[in-house]
Amino acid sequence: MNRIRSVFEKAASEGRSALIIYLCGGDPSAEDSVALIQAAFAAGADIVELGVPFSDPAADGPAIQLASERALAAGASLRSVLQIARDVRAESEGALLLFGYLNPLLAYGPAALSDIKAAGVDGLLVVDLPLEEASELREEAAQCELAWVPLVAPTTPAERADRIAKTATGFLYSVSMTGVTGGACESLGEAGARARKLSETSGVPVAVGFGVRTGGDARDLSQGGASGVVVGSAAVRAIAAENTTEARCAALGALVRELREGCEAN
Amino acid sequence: MTIVGSSNYDAVRGRFGAFGGAFVAETLMPALRELEEAFEAAWRDPGFRAELDELLTHYVGRATPLFLAERISSKYGATIWLKREDLAHTGAHKVNNTLGQVLLAKRMGKERIIAETGAGQHGVATATACALLGLECEVFMGARDVERQAPNVQRMKLLGARVRAVDSGAATLKDAMNEALRDWVATVEHTHYCVGSAAGPKPYPWIVRQFQSVIGTEARAQMLERAGRLPDAIVACVGGGSNAIGLFAGFLADSDVRIFGVEAAGEGLSGKHAAPLCAGEVGVLHGAKSYVLQTSDGQIQEAHSISAGLDYPGVGPEHAYLKDSSRAEYLSVTDEEALAALQELTRLEGILPALESSHALAALPAIAKQLGPDSEILVCLSGRGDKDLNTVLDALGMS
Repeated sequence: MNRIRSVFEKAASEGRSALIIYLCGGDPSAEDSVALIQAAFAAGADIVELGVPFSDPAADGPAIQLASERALAAGASLRSVLQIARDVRAESEGALLLFGYLNPLLAYGPAALSDIKAAGVDGLLVVDLPLEEASELREEAAQCELAWVPLVAPTTPAERADRIAKTATGFLYSVSMTGVTGGACESLGEAGARARKLSETSGVPVAVGFGVRTGGDARDLSQGGASGVVVGSAAVRAIAAENTTEARCAALGALVRELREGCEAN
Repeated sequence: MTIVGSSNYDAVRGRFGAFGGAFVAETLMPALRELEEAFEAAWRDPGFRAELDELLTHYVGRATPLFLAERISSKYGATIWLKREDLAHTGAHKVNNTLGQVLLAKRMGKERIIAETGAGQHGVATATACALLGLECEVFMGARDVERQAPNVQRMKLLGARVRAVDSGAATLKDAMNEALRDWVATVEHTHYCVGSAAGPKPYPWIVRQFQSVIGTEARAQMLERAGRLPDAIVACVGGGSNAIGLFAGFLADSDVRIFGVEAAGEGLSGKHAAPLCAGEVGVLHGAKSYVLQTSDGQIQEAHSISAGLDYPGVGPEHAYLKDSSRAEYLSVTDEEALAALQELTRLEGILPALESSHALAALPAIAKQLGPDSEILVCLSGRGDKDLNTVLDALGMS
């Protein structure tokens, strides 16, 4: 079974939400990324969402924009992010989900998905590829045995959410609020309950992200019934505040442990 | 459904051939659908069309004149007709689209309008429509452009709009568009995003083209009346491509009319430029598949043009289709050539054109030479050049 699906089964059997941590590949350097991903796994992250930096991240708030800019300034690309994945995979069995925008994937060429799989990545989330545009890449992902993770938003009508959920082979990513990453979500409990309902009707795990920052937020979602909890901007900010690889790993580790406790507080 | 004679537009998929589509975050998809349905209903509604036509006639001053420019005609060696969009209210064609969209937004019950702007022309046109129709207006503008285009910033403020300086990325037009999209994701229920060019996700390229098609419809009728025949060629500058697609829309079905789009070659196509059709690759930017300027890694590159309105690394998807299908031909002219054409029109005809429009003018000698002295060429003079005075005087060492 794909690592991503197994993660959710294991978490469910332990009566908790799965914890998913977003890190921007190459922020602030490729070496840092490898160490940070390992630190996230060691501290209890179930899945690392490995971001491919993009020059025009229109769905992201300031924290992830800046992470993307730092990574690009350090020379990051889809190629270098795949090297990060390979380096992580050489030492770890943690689940990796590649997260990014469509254009760098297109520019990489027809070998993109098979190279992503070969680098040890388990799944794919393309944030600017809604249902109507996704079928081609989704089929290719299926051929490469990459789990497909689509998004639903609070603005998505129920009937459309069901159709989107049917295409999920990893999990369904439910956006907690109408806004970009890193914004504030006022009712995570409600978002958790919406996730549980979606999960019950669709039969796929539903993780909630956007605006999740603290252990308390993770607890609210977990108790609301989310199968998974995604934290991005808060993780990126924790790293950006530190000056050495060790300090970055320590700060990330502390945040991940706090979030993991929240995920377990059922 | 494919609409014949309309650049092979597939309304369901929002595609012009292989180009277009809606590559945006899921949060926006229901709003784009709502907008599409509202537009189609309004466009079919004689009441809406009459209200818009009334504004275009008595507020904008349409039909804009078709002017026979005799002195540049003899200079360039062909009969040159200028479609005077520079005489439209606010000084450019942009208002055709903003009045249409703001009227539509009001009909949809939206309370707030956001827009992106580069040089500030679309920002001013949006702020104008919002002032007239009583809607709240917020314009996103790259921090660098806010500095470069101070008079338009003041105009927008006088019109009651808030101007938000965007610091992210390179702080220019594409970053302003990113920021407008980010705002819209968070405010989509009560806010309409008034996209300024025939670019962006479905249904924007189609909506903007329809609102701008008044240029081509008028120009075609005026040519038949004044010249007694259709032009041999039509010419317009292309940044995102809204004035061009508005003009082209009137002539696409006339297969004998050659269509030329002129991009900004900036410092030259081998250096810094803004010519994705002439020297870019296919990619996805701001919600649509089209030609873009990008690195081999798929990162979008900064564009360069002396004309802020053409300074954009992407282009509307219908132009990509017209290029690939060879229905239109795309050329490019440099900053220097555009500046020379600006001076020439000013001196010979007493019309100070916008730097954007000067790109179309600069292509005329080569097109006239190709078509011969008996040919009739129609050019879209998309805007007036008062806004460019500082840039022009600086470039000419006259300031």
